[in-house]
Amino acid sequence: MRYLPLNDADRSAMLKTIGAAKIDDLFDDVPADVLNASFDLPTHAGELEVERALGAMAAKNRAAGDGPFFIGGGAYKHHIPATVDHIIQRSEFLTAYTPYQPEIAQGTLQYLFEFQTQVAALSGMEVANASMYDGSTGCAEAALMARRITKRKKAVLSGGLHPHYGAVTRTNLELLKDEVVAAPADVSGSEDMTAMIDDETACVIVQTPDVFGNIRDLAPIAEVAHAKGAVLVAVVTEAVSLGGLKSPGEMGADIFVGEGQSLGNGLGFGGPYVGLFATRQKYLRQMPGRLCGETTDADGKRGFVLTLSTREQHIRRDKATSNICTNSGLCVLAFTIHMTLLGQAGLRKLALLNHQAACKTADALSAINGVEVINKAYFNEFTLRLPKNASDVVDKLAAQGALAGVPGGRLWPGDPGAENLLIVAASECTTDVDIETFAAKLRGALS
Amino acid sequence: MTTPSPNHPTFTGNKALQIEEALSFEIGGLDRTGVDFPPAEDLGDRLGGLGRDSEIGLPGLSEPETVRHFVRLSQKNYAIDMGPFPLGSCTMKHNPRLNEKIARLPGFADLPPLAPQSCVQGALELIDMLAHWLKELTGMPAVAMSPKAGAHGELCGMMAIKAAIEARGEGAKRTRVLAPESAHGTNPATAVQCGFTVEEIPADATGRVDLAALKEKLGDDVAAIMVTNPNTCGLFERDIRAIADAVHDAGGYFYCDGANFNAIAGKVRPGDLGVDAMHINLHKTFSTPHGGGGPGAGPTVLAAALETFAPVPFVVRRDGEYHLVETQSAESFGRMTAFHGQMGMFTRALAYMMSHGVDGVRQVAEDAVLNANYVLARLKTEMTPAFDGYCMHEALFDDRFLKDTGVETIDFAKAMIDEGYHPMTMYFPLVVHGAMLIEPTESESKRELDLFCDALLSLAKRAKSGEAEAFKAAPVYAPRRRLDETAAARKPVLRWTPVIATE
Repeated sequence: MRYLPLNDADRSAMLKTIGAAKIDDLFDDVPADVLNASFDLPTHAGELEVERALGAMAAKNRAAGDGPFFIGGGAYKHHIPATVDHIIQRSEFLTAYTPYQPEIAQGTLQYLFEFQTQVAALSGMEVANASMYDGSTGCAEAALMARRITKRKKAVLSGGLHPHYGAVTRTNLELLKDEVVAAPADVSGSEDMTAMIDDETACVIVQTPDVFGNIRDLAPIAEVAHAKGAVLVAVVTEAVSLGGLKSPGEMGADIFVGEGQSLGNGLGFGGPYVGLFATRQKYLRQMPGRLCGETTDADGKRGFVLTLSTREQHIRRDKATSNICTNSGLCVLAFTIHMTLLGQAGLRKLALLNHQAACKTADALSAINGVEVINKAYFNEFTLRLPKNASDVVDKLAAQGALAGVPGGRLWPGDPGAENLLIVAASECTTDVDIETFAAKLRGALS
Repeated sequence: MTTPSPNHPTFTGNKALQIEEALSFEIGGLDRTGVDFPPAEDLGDRLGGLGRDSEIGLPGLSEPETVRHFVRLSQKNYAIDMGPFPLGSCTMKHNPRLNEKIARLPGFADLPPLAPQSCVQGALELIDMLAHWLKELTGMPAVAMSPKAGAHGELCGMMAIKAAIEARGEGAKRTRVLAPESAHGTNPATAVQCGFTVEEIPADATGRVDLAALKEKLGDDVAAIMVTNPNTCGLFERDIRAIADAVHDAGGYFYCDGANFNAIAGKVRPGDLGVDAMHINLHKTFSTPHGGGGPGAGPTVLAAALETFAPVPFVVRRDGEYHLVETQSAESFGRMTAFHGQMGMFTRALAYMMSHGVDGVRQVAEDAVLNANYVLARLKTEMTPAFDGYCMHEALFDDRFLKDTGVETIDFAKAMIDEGYHPMTMYFPLVVHGAMLIEPTESESKRELDLFCDALLSLAKRAKSGEAEAFKAAPVYAPRRRLDETAAARKPVLRWTPVIATE
């Protein structure tokens, strides 16, 4: 077997050194009747055979790059510079462990420090951690952090929050018997969140751009939340928008939660992604997850270590701020490399191109009879109201090789108000031909 | 000319292949970028007056500067591709590059999670096939695929247990969870995150769960036990079925921490031991790379009693087609994550499993256990095993052999760095004084293990011969000497801040 260096001669010699007659002597603590169970599974295969079998499965899928593509909904198609994937495949990054031995992990630690700096700067917050699993789990963690800060047990969720983020947060909070008040799906982005905040509210969670693509002004919500002693959690699922929109920090958010997939990380059918998590300095010790900090070594040279671990499970056990251990290390690296290449100048330009692609797409689609663009303000994603069930339209266009967007029925199954909604995303990858093709096919599907 | 040494450093501070590297922010410029874009047209904006006016404050780098920056950083890391990485409980095994190639096929890597299901049949098929392997290898009827890492899998399993207890109307009564003193920190943290309180089960003199003590703690207020098997001392819990029976008799559930599944995969089915839920770390047992701390994946197998409480989404096969069920049933406890789990880890893990086949997976477990016992046998002449007898996939030593030498476990570990090794897990499990937990995995050759053991034996002899000062100074050949962790925590500097130029 190509992955196993021992041969039978080695094994015999090693058993002799150990003083065991046979391998199963080493398993003598296992009840004999369950040892060496039989399994209905295939035996080993060569690289060529595995590649052939799994390649066939991959070929059954329609990749985003296979044709006109307008799907978003929390995961976005962007161009990833070739440098990113080359560097993250370097052995020293790919096959390293969590940097618990800092003397021989400065490479990982320094990029974590750079990542924390980038996330803090992008979000306009003071401190960021070294990542969560993804945006949705980060959202739940933010709600848990808010209940630790406020000692309250009620979370208020905006109707513009991605429903899957809402579901993850609810799943976590209901375990603790907390109250979760969710506003109804708000396609126009006109809900009044401030009216839902009261003296019992631990946190109010608002996404911008919201799941329908509306850009939300968080400042008025922050003002009321703070007056009531509640924590404002800002969720951003499209990291590129941070280059074009007022940051959550500027608008008064207390905790920023983001999905970082858009920078450096592919769509990958939903994961692994990288959760961005940042907050105000005063809440630092209530943060979940790993933190990397600067220090010096015995020779006085600058170096980096994991720090403030007394918040974490491996030290604090049942008193930890979270059970998270493994995070998104390599996805963090991909994010950091992409952001390093971009710099603020590149990110601003990328954001502008995304916004323009969306504006052009919206103009082309809204020219179709019966199609209405709902949003007043949007970044690179917006919502259409179609004269027909959007799921049917999406299926029809998929059969013609165009991936049209996320139908409302996918995210709010059974909600009749969502059935005709189609959430459409564009990016720097969207070409004029893609837009024309999409518009022509949509016109055909609706006629 | 003076020979360069720590007292007479080179002009640059570099040491040949070890090149000092500033932060990217100290290299780049705010107007610089390493990505070329087409010119933007002036279309005006529809940002509703919420466009960003403020500086982001992040400098950019050109492409060659970026490549050099990260390559230099990479050379400051130790990695399994460079040498043994014997971290106990972490299973640092070889990461086959075929896995990387499969994960990067556009049909997997460039696949949107919310595409119509007709466009993702191959992806759903892969998830279903991986689920079949996991169920078959564990002897369990169901698996939740969406948990993103081991601790997230624990959360999934404990959420299912909580839901099952509440469905029985015992939610208010069963609030206690029992876990051994030697448990991973994630176990108690997870239980608390589910609203339980945690109590420790003491270990017996052989490093295993004290069955009598456990039985005394059991009652109708116990929701579950969380037991790692093989346990964190590297030992198989001999009484595992008696433990499971006792918990079941008391009306509780048995959560098994599957972090150490590598020792028994293909040999023993946890389902045969009475396990009700167990997460599987694909990044340990099934070779998806650890990537400097993640991403992982923690699919969680469930017994029939817990299956109906599983989270959405999940894949079912009907009429030759795969369906992703995303709508929550009345019983399901909810949702763990926005999408369907760590697909990029699924592709890698399945490529690994298919490569090994079931025969290879069994050989992996046997070689992993053989390698650990070989290390135990060779090192016990100079080092002190924490417990008698054979071990499973990891060998645990305490610090008795360092008694009165002035050398502590941490010094011994740091001296290993100078010998070219990543240290073993130290000071864990907590039940053993100055613990050193060595997990060689099946990926090491006998030749590599012999050199490793010779190096550790030499270090042990040096420690005993009064070289404490040298140990305290270690490492001296690493990119950095020992770092001041106390200072880092006392006044945390967690981000770069631009230096304001003064004129």
